[in-house]
Amino acid sequence: MMGDFLGLSDNVWIIIFAAIITYFTRVSGHLILSRFETIHPRVEAGLNAVPAAVVTAIVVPAVLTGGWAEIITVIIAVIASLRLSMMKVFFMGWVLIIALRAIGL
Amino acid sequence: MSDNFSQFMRGAKDGFPVVIAATPFGLLFGTLAIENGFTISEAVLMSALVFAGASQMVGIELFGQNIAPWLILLSIFAVNFRHVLYSATLGRYFKHMSKSQQAIAFFFMTDPQFAASEQRGERGEKLTFAWYMGMAIPLYVFWVAEAWLGAVFGSLITDTEALGITFLLSIYFLALLMSFRGRSLFVPVVAASAMSSSIAFLTLGSPWHVSVGGVFGILVAACWPTRKREASEQ
Repeated sequence: MMGDFLGLSDNVWIIIFAAIITYFTRVSGHLILSRFETIHPRVEAGLNAVPAAVVTAIVVPAVLTGGWAEIITVIIAVIASLRLSMMKVFFMGWVLIIALRAIGL
Repeated sequence: MSDNFSQFMRGAKDGFPVVIAATPFGLLFGTLAIENGFTISEAVLMSALVFAGASQMVGIELFGQNIAPWLILLSIFAVNFRHVLYSATLGRYFKHMSKSQQAIAFFFMTDPQFAASEQRGERGEKLTFAWYMGMAIPLYVFWVAEAWLGAVFGSLITDTEALGITFLLSIYFLALLMSFRGRSLFVPVVAASAMSSSIAFLTLGSPWHVSVGGVFGILVAACWPTRKREASEQ
């Protein structure tokens, strides 16, 4: 596009800025929060909800776009995780999705 | 020393499913990077410096469309905005680490790293730097290696659909999600996030559903009437 600057291509400059921006998002939340002596209970409640709120959103497309094999695997994995460890659920889910797809679901 | 080592190994064990589950995405990034005009070393450099799957995919996709650099960077920022929330949440468990350990730990804070760290706090175990890096380092090394493999051998990668690997990350996150079920307001938070992110996924598309679902789930928790919250904690 524009050629080189300081001997680095445009692509490399974009990568460097992308890295800086990404690192900024990874430290900024902590830097902002650590400026406050006390955390308001509502902020605390919001922060405690971050894992469940974000992880749910990450899983949603798998259910929305999935066929029967995916939906059955999700339902069984949810039930299994009430009793089994995370690792066991993970490998059981893996076997299940392969088996269900193999039988054409 | 040996305690640090066992912590590190424990982290590596906890991160093992993620290493497997992230493989197709790491390879896919390398392949797409080449298709969109990156060199092999640029693809590897991006995985090594940015180390954030979703934003790398978005960046590389826009790159292929000859969009202005600042717009690419703005999109990467938008996709990575959820990290601000992770950072605020996880920083509370980092207090015992030194400043330089914290600075390093934040670099490696990916979605699974954040969620697994929270889960560790959930089990009442201390979030040690050794455990954290035990999970982070294998993930990082494989992620960077996969960018190279995908870039070099991209055309040789066959359909991973049949092996179910592309679905593994969803299973991993689902199992992780269920480990948070003991938290107060779990059901309303999950319900709000599921509904809002579904709507966002169908209208705005990926990856925006993650931020939308996250924000709505958090708002429900923050705005929940205090007395009800205490009741649900019983």
